[in-house]
Amino acid sequence: MKFALFTGCVAKGATRELMVSTKRAAEGLGIEFIEMKSAACCGAGVISEQSPLLADALNARTVAIAEAQGLDLVTICSTCQGNLKKSECNIDSDPEYKEQINHILSEGGHQYLGGKSKIKHFANILATDEGMALLKEKIKRPLKGLKVAAFYGCYVLRPSGLSDFDDPDDPHGMEDIFAALGATPVYYPSRVKCCGFPIIMMNKTASQDMSGNALLDAIESGADCVVTGCPLCHLSLDSYQPEIEKLKKKGYSIPILHLSQLVALALGYTPKELDMDKHIVSTLKIEERLARG
Amino acid sequence: MATFKIKRYNPEKQAEPYYEEFQYDIPAGSTVLDCMNEIKWQQDGSLTFRMSCRSAICGSCAVKVNGHATLACQKQAENMVKNDTIVLEPLGNMKPLKDLAVDFTPFWDKINKVTPYLQPRSAPPEKERRQSPAEFKMIDDTSTCIMCGSCYSDCNVLEVDDNFLGPAALAKAQRFVGDSRDSKTLERVKQLSEYGGIWDCTHCAECVERCPKPAEPFYRIKEIMAVALEKGVHDNVGARHAISFVNSVKHSGSLNENKLPVESMGFFNIKGLLELVPVGLRMLLKRKVPPILHKSIENVQDVRRIFRKLNQ
Repeated sequence: MKFALFTGCVAKGATRELMVSTKRAAEGLGIEFIEMKSAACCGAGVISEQSPLLADALNARTVAIAEAQGLDLVTICSTCQGNLKKSECNIDSDPEYKEQINHILSEGGHQYLGGKSKIKHFANILATDEGMALLKEKIKRPLKGLKVAAFYGCYVLRPSGLSDFDDPDDPHGMEDIFAALGATPVYYPSRVKCCGFPIIMMNKTASQDMSGNALLDAIESGADCVVTGCPLCHLSLDSYQPEIEKLKKKGYSIPILHLSQLVALALGYTPKELDMDKHIVSTLKIEERLARG
Repeated sequence: MATFKIKRYNPEKQAEPYYEEFQYDIPAGSTVLDCMNEIKWQQDGSLTFRMSCRSAICGSCAVKVNGHATLACQKQAENMVKNDTIVLEPLGNMKPLKDLAVDFTPFWDKINKVTPYLQPRSAPPEKERRQSPAEFKMIDDTSTCIMCGSCYSDCNVLEVDDNFLGPAALAKAQRFVGDSRDSKTLERVKQLSEYGGIWDCTHCAECVERCPKPAEPFYRIKEIMAVALEKGVHDNVGARHAISFVNSVKHSGSLNENKLPVESMGFFNIKGLLELVPVGLRMLLKRKVPPILHKSIENVQDVRRIFRKLNQ
């Protein structure tokens, strides 16, 4: 398998452990990721607050780069995934708009064809028959005994018309991956909720009540750790966790992993090789749990 | 035979709600509302819910089906069966009155807060106030809202903050912010930029998912944001965040995560800046901060060209 890798901004900034572990996971699985070094930010739904046309033009340029490479595009961030898909939908549903976008791109030597390169989240390429077979073939250290709660990240689920999951209200792709890795998936209602990150600076109390409710739900459902496919969720759930009042009151904490870290752990990489020591919430609990089996 | 697991509540008889199960053989082609009616008529006449048109026009029959708000008349029952069961509950974020009927008072209060009527530029003309098709298109989607409360029910922010105006009221606000005949656009976007308004939306798109019409409040909220930014209503964290974000991508093609929080809070917002300190220190101690020297993407000139071409 070979893909154009759209890293997104945060994997190269505040969650560099996501980039490190993605490379390890790809290496372990024998998947080739060609990093899209000239792709611009997806806009994170923020550029479109100012100009939807600008956001769509930048994302069309990104897809056009993958199309020129003849590769499907893989994302490692739910937010990037959702925003690239939204732009694709906006453009593909309106031929005049597509023409306008291509006029903007043409001076830069790009042409957006549409439909030639599929936009897939890393979870979506693993949660296929081919992906599952690959995981089962390459796994070296089954994550036996580890109870793992998924936190999907809004944009890979909603709007459902843009989602690759069969039932965005009750998805099972992430949980299928956990099971293939030998772990025990934990189903809990908050796994499809919002982490509150987009309003962390505008309304911190509401944001942290949202992340707190989700984490309480995961903990009280018996999870040893939460795994997310979105680095923004990771920031909300890990970096801000020590100040989440709802958890502080109960004296709880829970490690948060990136999906690529969980996959790479099962492929035999050590926590150190996956930069798990960079997390704010210690991941030692996971290592202890795996040691017990 | 399917099991309808229905959340019952009658405060005159029992303080706490409870679930009651009804067995019903779903006839082909029945909607969830058809089944609710049959259960009420044949099994328990005290089962309480709102309904009227049965055609997704009136918005009365919104309930939670399997945990998510929807119009009961718009869903084929057999498609909603999971493990032989359909779970019916009252809408969320509003107080239940009896069984599946909830108190819409906060919903209507918030609609009223956005001044939901036209404030025209001039006295009424002799005939109608005319709009071009393009002008009407700006308010066409939001005009389709039937006030069913589905978006309000499942809004992730309202679950934790009653002060948020919520998706339905903000969509209604866009109906007038985007109306070419309205004279109070600036006043409206100023009010909507305050705490509890547009910038408190968490972008979860839950309201888009639940909306039974093309109103799709999240997208309407973003349209108000664009007007607020264009009108220069920048004196708040949300607007500064959007401006900083766009400038960062314009400059380097990617997001500068070191600048964004500081510029969003504002250089003179001491309280806001202090709020950033704990997380900043935690990340610094773990060497988790973004690189100090923010690197541009390759061929950033082409990205800058696109910004210039679009006058951004």
